[in-house]
Amino acid sequence: MESLSNKRKVLESKPLNFWERAYLPAIVQGLSITMKHFFRKPVTISYPEEQREFSENFRGMHSLKRDENGKERCTACGLCALSCPAEAITMIAAERQKGEEHLYREEKYAAVYEINMLRCIFCGLCEEACPKEAIYLDGNIVPADYLRKDFIYGKDKLVEAPLNQ
Amino acid sequence: MGVVDILIKFGLVLIIFLISLVIAMYSTYAERKIAAFFQDRIGPNRAGPWGLLQPLADGGKMFLKEEIIPTHANAFLFIAGPSLAIMTACIGSAVIPWGQQMTIGSKVIDLQVADINVGVLYIFGVVSLGVYGVMIGGWASNNKYSLLGAIRAASQNISYEISMGLSIIALLMVTGTLSLRQIAEQQHSWHWNILYQPLGFLLFIVCAFAETNRTPFDLPECETELVGGYHTEYSSMKLGFYLFAEYINMFISSAVMATLYWGGYNYPGMDWVLAHTGPAIGPLIGVVVLFVKIFLFIFFFMWVRWTIPRFRYDQLMDLGWKILIPLAIANIIITGVWMTFIK
Repeated sequence: MESLSNKRKVLESKPLNFWERAYLPAIVQGLSITMKHFFRKPVTISYPEEQREFSENFRGMHSLKRDENGKERCTACGLCALSCPAEAITMIAAERQKGEEHLYREEKYAAVYEINMLRCIFCGLCEEACPKEAIYLDGNIVPADYLRKDFIYGKDKLVEAPLNQ
Repeated sequence: MGVVDILIKFGLVLIIFLISLVIAMYSTYAERKIAAFFQDRIGPNRAGPWGLLQPLADGGKMFLKEEIIPTHANAFLFIAGPSLAIMTACIGSAVIPWGQQMTIGSKVIDLQVADINVGVLYIFGVVSLGVYGVMIGGWASNNKYSLLGAIRAASQNISYEISMGLSIIALLMVTGTLSLRQIAEQQHSWHWNILYQPLGFLLFIVCAFAETNRTPFDLPECETELVGGYHTEYSSMKLGFYLFAEYINMFISSAVMATLYWGGYNYPGMDWVLAHTGPAIGPLIGVVVLFVKIFLFIFFFMWVRWTIPRFRYDQLMDLGWKILIPLAIANIIITGVWMTFIK
């Protein structure tokens, strides 16, 4: 068969010569290689103390955004939950009452909004689906925890901090 | 021998014992640290500054772990195995001369526990006893992997003891004595035996690697074939003893190699130093020199461990019987010819 590239390397198995069979030169060679590594700078990043920079499109923990007046953008349309391939998002919608206009932007809002971080695969489809630009995966790594129930994040952990309070 | 002499001897024994235990302890730390450096990592650095308390943490863990004696194991032999291993590892240091005679006031202190005239033979005896610790432990576990591991260890040690002994014979032809004290004294200043016995030293160090079960001869332990080898069934401090014994053995064989071939406590210009520092401090510098040599050997042991892949079992036996023994015999003949016609 014609090879795709014209590179060709002919392999031949010659019998080992005396120095190759003596094994010692090879050992010395190997020792010198490891010695070179001995003085090389370690590649380790001591994690909690020093952290690696994330890439710009890193998808971490979700946050529910507020608009420029500090009102919650989410209108509980459910598109994020619908688009979620891992079915990690659940929400309960509620109607905005009189006097809550400064809290929620639309007439409908999410009274409960929960993401199960153990189910979430951080694909980012929720932020693509959202018509209100209300959810973004712009947070850090989701921290470890001891109990499964503690991985279900409610609005207390997800909603952005209020503007200036 | 007065009471003071006995007390001094006792103190010396205690110090050597402590030193070998501490060195064994910190060898585990050094091994992990050196392995890390060879692999571009950092190594243990959480317990204490630079991870220096890591051996203590490991030791504490070993002591606190549950101790399991398998139901079908022979309980007496099961306990005797690691005890024997650590005991033989510890008593090897008795004949090693750590330094020249020290003179404090009118008191002359030997920096050696026992200057016996068959020191080299004693070391060999102790080393061959070490096999029993492994063998008994593997047998008493009543587990096929342990037994196979023990058989491997035993056959490996016995095979390599032969070429080790033969390589030593050539050295003894040069020195003409079995006493380690005299061998060390003959290498005064720079007349180290390595200059007269390079091939003998090469054979000896290969055998020393095999005797201490270090890579590339660490076949008695083998996860893929033998689980943990002879200490598969061991837990807690009994396992700790086996691992400890390995590191003490490494220390002792480094000391033996330094004494037999690399001049022991001798170093070039030692007479000048001795004349200027006096008979009390001068020998201590020799002790420091000896320990530097020992640490270099221990480092070499570890360097090789993280460089060379292990042998296959048949290659191991081939090397031992078909290459090292003929080479050792050739070395004896060459030494004999050299001594008769040239020296």
